[in-house]
Amino acid sequence: MKVRVPGRPGDRLASLRRTGPASAWSVGDRIGLGLAWIAGISLCVVAATIVGYMAWKGLQFLHLEMLTTSPEASMDQSQSGGFFDPIIGTLLLTVIGIAIAIPVGVGIAVWLTEYGRPAGLARAVESGIEIVAGTPSVVLAIFGLLVFQQTFMGLFSFTAEGGAVFGRSFITAGVMMSVVALPMVIGSTREALNAIPRHVREASYALGKDRASTIRRVLLPSARSGIATGATLGMGRIAGDTAIVVILLGASMTITPEGGFLGLFRGTGSTLTSYVYNNSPAGEGNAPEKAYAAAFVLLLVVLFLNFVVGLISKRSEPKWS
Amino acid sequence: MELKEAEIGVPPLRRIVVGQETPPIRVAGNLPPELFDREAPAHDDTPIWVEESMRTEDLSIAYGGKVAVNQVSLEVNAGEVLALIGPSGCGKTTLLRSLNRLVELTPAARRTGRILLDDQDVDEFDATHLRSRVGMLFQQPNPFPMSIFDNVAYGLRERGSKRPRRKELEPIVVDALERAGLWDEVSSNLSHPALALSGGQQQRLCIARALAVSPEVLLLDEPCSALDPISTATIEETIVGLRDEVAIVIVTHNMQQAQRVADRVAFMYLGDMVECGPASRVFNAPQAERTAEYIGGGFG
Repeated sequence: MKVRVPGRPGDRLASLRRTGPASAWSVGDRIGLGLAWIAGISLCVVAATIVGYMAWKGLQFLHLEMLTTSPEASMDQSQSGGFFDPIIGTLLLTVIGIAIAIPVGVGIAVWLTEYGRPAGLARAVESGIEIVAGTPSVVLAIFGLLVFQQTFMGLFSFTAEGGAVFGRSFITAGVMMSVVALPMVIGSTREALNAIPRHVREASYALGKDRASTIRRVLLPSARSGIATGATLGMGRIAGDTAIVVILLGASMTITPEGGFLGLFRGTGSTLTSYVYNNSPAGEGNAPEKAYAAAFVLLLVVLFLNFVVGLISKRSEPKWS
Repeated sequence: MELKEAEIGVPPLRRIVVGQETPPIRVAGNLPPELFDREAPAHDDTPIWVEESMRTEDLSIAYGGKVAVNQVSLEVNAGEVLALIGPSGCGKTTLLRSLNRLVELTPAARRTGRILLDDQDVDEFDATHLRSRVGMLFQQPNPFPMSIFDNVAYGLRERGSKRPRRKELEPIVVDALERAGLWDEVSSNLSHPALALSGGQQQRLCIARALAVSPEVLLLDEPCSALDPISTATIEETIVGLRDEVAIVIVTHNMQQAQRVADRVAFMYLGDMVECGPASRVFNAPQAERTAEYIGGGFG
């Protein structure tokens, strides 16, 4: 391939100078480089503005008792309480979602990397993952509502008088949240499993182990930090998702357990995301101060999860020469 | 070319020398045949006892039509080290991997001919049972990401329905580490992660891991190719020390290594077994021209 080299014709060293000072570059290249610089810097500015503005607004309105008091329905903002319930709701929903997503996601990743036969089925599973990853969460939420409002799904939320199933609860929202987190868990587990050299698996087989115990005792422990990374990324997605909460967790701001077995999980509630939505001028509460404060807490939660991801990936995977 | 007495003489076998030139290999191609013939091996390398442990009969292995091993019949004897040598791609690793049926993991591989362990066809065994009797060591040290103790105990656990306790495993683990020559270095930190050990220590840990399940045959696939000379010398010492307890088959590209550790040498070329015999004979008086050329560094 012939490379267009700037410089005087016949200058045989010109090709070496392509990496030299940008002044020797063509105008198009220089504009491109400039745009790349601007793009990179403006992203930093946007990120810093988001965090800075939310911190300024959030800290201005955030009071410690907001973290410990439940929301109250009141027109007077000094009487409308804090967002203790939404914080608990976010934690609960994240835990439920990830608790479902980890075993299912790891199972899919193991099947794909260690079995993956027939090839057609493996391809179908891969497209399935892509479809799930690309589905907007509001679509997942509506789909979840359809499924969980079926009569036989009454166990997971509650059945109103007359037999209509409500379909909204921590369980139903948690199940759909696990679908949101699933592609992350599968992706990084697969990556970790693929990074294990073949001879490590063979070493286990050569000791008279079958595939199942090789997976359980060697491969999964080796992939531990990959699984943890995927799980943490997935938790970040769950904590930040709004559509599923608004549609599938019910409209109550406070956590409202149902009666009976696992009442808390069958009940409704709210999360930081739905609290922000409901208190923002777009929602019904119109209490922007509380929305700012809660949004700031939510941002901290998600940034903390990302920080944890960084920590886990620094704790390196086992390395074979 | 002038040859000194010392250079022509049979290179000392099983002498592990570190930081010193290994004995020069005689360049067969450069020697007049009569001179070559005169140097008949005076060195008798018969081990203390020889008893057949494994045998292949007309073994052929092909990967999707490409023949990697062609009609090879070979005995593996207890009490001796058998070295498989030959240029890259000659099928020696495939042959080695067929002995514990690891080659079956490659979907395209097809095998004909028989492999016998103690006169019993290996196909009659359950693969996991066969592999606990025929252990293997790989090119790259590959301890599992767990403690040193758990690595050695790995093959012993989950063999039956009940999980053996640490107390019961401890003597076997200690014994295996001692035989692999690693005990003195790790005795105080058995609970440390195995992947923190040095490359040479990792490879000896892998030997201990293989020995713990008390195999009858140990297959070594270029076990020193990823190691420095000092670690290599230690591993070779370990291999030589083990040959009375377990039949050893070693694949190596390193001719000096084959000379140092092997009792018997099999030379393979393009899937064929060209020559197999006592190490001293194959190295000093090879019968086939190809062997002489390869040993002399003519190709490969």
